[in-house]
Amino acid sequence: MPGIATLRAMSSALKNRVISSTELTQEHLATIAEDKTNSFITVAKDSALEQAKRAEQMREQGSSHPLTGVPLAHKDIFCTKGITTTCGSRMLENFVAPYDAHVVALLNQAGMVTLGKTNMDEFAMGSSNESSHFGPVSNPWNMDKVPGGSSGGSAAAVAAGLVACATGTDTGGSIRQPAALCGITGLKPTYGRISRYGMIAFASSLDQAGPMTCDAEDAALMLSAMAGFDSKDSTSAQRQDAWLADFAEHGIPDLERPLKIGLPQEYYADLSNGSIIEAVQKTLAQQGHELVDVSLPHTQAAIPVYYVIAGAEASTNLSRYDGVRFGHRCENPQSLEDLYKRSRSEGFGDEVKRRILTGTYTLSVGYFDAYYIKAQQIRRLISEDFNNVFANVDVLLTPTSPTPAFSQGQLSDDPIAMYQQDLYTVPTSLAGLPALSMPCGFVDGLPVGAQLIAPAFREDVLLGLAAQYQKHSDWHLQRPNGFRVSKEWAA
Amino acid sequence: MSWEAVIGLEIHVQLATQSKIFSGAATTYGAEPNAQACAVDLGLPGVLPVLNETAVEMAVKFGLAIGAEINLHSIFDRKNYFYPDLPKGYQISQFATPIVGQGEIKLDLADGSQRVIGITRAHLEEDAGKSVHDLFPGQTGIDLNRTGTPLLEVVSEPDLRSASEAAEYFRQMHSLVKYLGICDGNLAEGSMRCDANVSVRPHGQEAFGERTEIKNINSFRFVERAIELEIERQIDVLEAGGTIHRETRLFDADADETRSMRSKELSEDYRYFPDPDLLPLHISSAFVQAVRDSLPELPDARCQRYQEAMGLSAYDAASLSNDLDRAEFFEAVVSVCNNPKLSANWLNGELSAYLNNADLEIAASPVTAGQLGQLIQRIDDETLSSKTAKELFKALWTQADTESNVDALIEQLGLKQMNDDGELSAIVSGVLEANPDQVAELKSGKDKVLGFLVGQVMKATGGKANPKQVNELIRKSL
Repeated sequence: MPGIATLRAMSSALKNRVISSTELTQEHLATIAEDKTNSFITVAKDSALEQAKRAEQMREQGSSHPLTGVPLAHKDIFCTKGITTTCGSRMLENFVAPYDAHVVALLNQAGMVTLGKTNMDEFAMGSSNESSHFGPVSNPWNMDKVPGGSSGGSAAAVAAGLVACATGTDTGGSIRQPAALCGITGLKPTYGRISRYGMIAFASSLDQAGPMTCDAEDAALMLSAMAGFDSKDSTSAQRQDAWLADFAEHGIPDLERPLKIGLPQEYYADLSNGSIIEAVQKTLAQQGHELVDVSLPHTQAAIPVYYVIAGAEASTNLSRYDGVRFGHRCENPQSLEDLYKRSRSEGFGDEVKRRILTGTYTLSVGYFDAYYIKAQQIRRLISEDFNNVFANVDVLLTPTSPTPAFSQGQLSDDPIAMYQQDLYTVPTSLAGLPALSMPCGFVDGLPVGAQLIAPAFREDVLLGLAAQYQKHSDWHLQRPNGFRVSKEWAA
Repeated sequence: MSWEAVIGLEIHVQLATQSKIFSGAATTYGAEPNAQACAVDLGLPGVLPVLNETAVEMAVKFGLAIGAEINLHSIFDRKNYFYPDLPKGYQISQFATPIVGQGEIKLDLADGSQRVIGITRAHLEEDAGKSVHDLFPGQTGIDLNRTGTPLLEVVSEPDLRSASEAAEYFRQMHSLVKYLGICDGNLAEGSMRCDANVSVRPHGQEAFGERTEIKNINSFRFVERAIELEIERQIDVLEAGGTIHRETRLFDADADETRSMRSKELSEDYRYFPDPDLLPLHISSAFVQAVRDSLPELPDARCQRYQEAMGLSAYDAASLSNDLDRAEFFEAVVSVCNNPKLSANWLNGELSAYLNNADLEIAASPVTAGQLGQLIQRIDDETLSSKTAKELFKALWTQADTESNVDALIEQLGLKQMNDDGELSAIVSGVLEANPDQVAELKSGKDKVLGFLVGQVMKATGGKANPKQVNELIRKSL
């Protein structure tokens, strides 16, 4: 590998004492200090160096966890004890949680070093990172383009080599779409695979954390550290999947047999860059996999269904930001109503307000049945579509997003067009299924992603197939000009 | 025109769990403000609710006790509204699918009759915090200690027909939840609060009149008074040709009136929907069966047992069984003295009088059940007369010492009944000699005088003589 600083490369450099975690952390902090993408909202220099020291002690005391001492960044939606957690909003500009999110706690236990918190669309609502109160993020492949969203900061940071991996969250595509637009690997696990505790809620029935990494191998390593039942999250799944630890310890094994890969026709209908995904199909066919056309007939309903359900849940999840106990509070409130009105009007941006309004509307008496209940019914049909095709195929291959990265400002005045960005990612979210986006080519110098979708809790299939594809392609090894990070220890 | 009231109650029963319904924070009453509110109670970003299994068990217990259908599948919903003491901006409750379905409660009325009151449903929900308006001038304090305390909201059918019936229903519910051990029943601390829906209609009319809702009443007396006042008010309005408007009213005990709080036409849309943070609650029939097996003996069954196995009168049995603390005290007394009837007399007589005077609950009685049992034993074996027994009881009450030994105290106070024939015979002879006229009358068949002579002997012995023996001695000496 030509100097791509993967998690594995860092892990072995640390293990072989080629570099110390303090040196590695300092190196990263220096790179981040020069950053022009605005990927970070907060850089936690002091605590990062402390964690690096602690990691060195852990290694000395015999910690054999591969991630001990490896730096990472957290999407600013994960609560971090002692480090500001803004969720990309003015509302939480100064909010410091008194607890770590479960994911953060797990990665701290593994000995990882938190460099800081990455930029994101406000409350994870957006597909371009432009709704952040802390300014838009540039796509490292073209600074005028968006990195995608809502985990735009995490995606751009990994693509720009500021960090080898970052946590992200995906409600309707927020890991996969920015991963595709920035040319990295992003995994949205099965709903319930990773605890949501301490992850600021957008739409509770859809939100799921996942890793954003250079490649599938690193994603497997991260997933193994992030996953697991958590008694603090009632929607957390009790699973005993031995492959999680196996993949992390021994790397992703070769697939046991050729797979039957479904190509849902609804995802290929309006494709402008069809030739790229066709090339992926060809590569996979050459590996002996069988490709078959399948149909997911309710795909077209997914976007409206998603925006009804996500909006409804968001409208009440965000009620707690009332200026009473924490978060933004307006100056000199004249009355209780004034306190509510001004605190929320000032604290929330336009996209968040739009979704609170639509969500409140769809839950109201007289509209509840027509919107919310109807949407839940269609959600079930969408789920059944997937159940039906997975009776015949192992995995699905689709494009991740309809277009490569678009220009900053291009869609910001057209929310509906922006929502269409989620066309291929939203159905899996509604069905709670795992999906992975991997780099598979370029259009006009901008990366394009392919999405793999598997049945519930079969991330092993996604990772196995992606790892095989990445052995036979080098799209994931490409780095944008000016951001090529070549490290002698990673050679 | 004669009017009939139609009343339904919604009773909020605070469940006696150690921790809150969706968090691990303690539920103890009276802590420093906000000392018992954890991140989940505060509704901080990212926190999630986890259901307390004991609260579910208690709800099922209640459901089984009222013969209700237990819904093995129930759903927690969010009830959305903004208020400063509601941290999340929504209350987790059960709307369309409560855990307890239809049941009923049998009401024993003062005239001895019984009425069956339907219970529509009972559902689990979390309590809100408290707004404190009188502590900081111009500001409102928020205490979130109560936030997340488990509540069982019990909704009755509009089956109650008078204020006193409603109060009796509330009382019986209070007794039931204490029996079940699911609520401490402490009304002063707000462990049970009720909302009353009240309407009136002309006697004989089928259709209900328009109703009003009186919010947050927390004592037996207030329930009765608030409803009484509201019935009177509604009748006055209607008889003056006015109409009743659907509204929420507040009972002001000091002013002795109900007052309009807000009109229901402007009532909020709570936008109920299933809470996506909590999966639907599935309980197994095995779980329900286990709860059924753990049910304690309920008031009705106990009342029957007191009559059939212990031979108590219906009145005594009911008065001793309707309150768990009282029933348990009673049974503890009986276990020592093995005399249910005398125990019942003492509980309903002397002990009740002392407790009432001191405004004490039976659980706080300074005389223990063991002491009272022993005392009754000493009446039974004629060590004590009823008079000396009362003296002893008074002494025990004053001492308020649970360690105090009844026999030692009898010795110490010299209350032992004089049963010795020799000594007593001498006193009797003395009394007879001193009252020759009465002796003559007695001899001539005027039995009434016997009482006088016994009284004289009792007086001479300071009440310690056994009246039965005195009687016999006088008759013998004639």
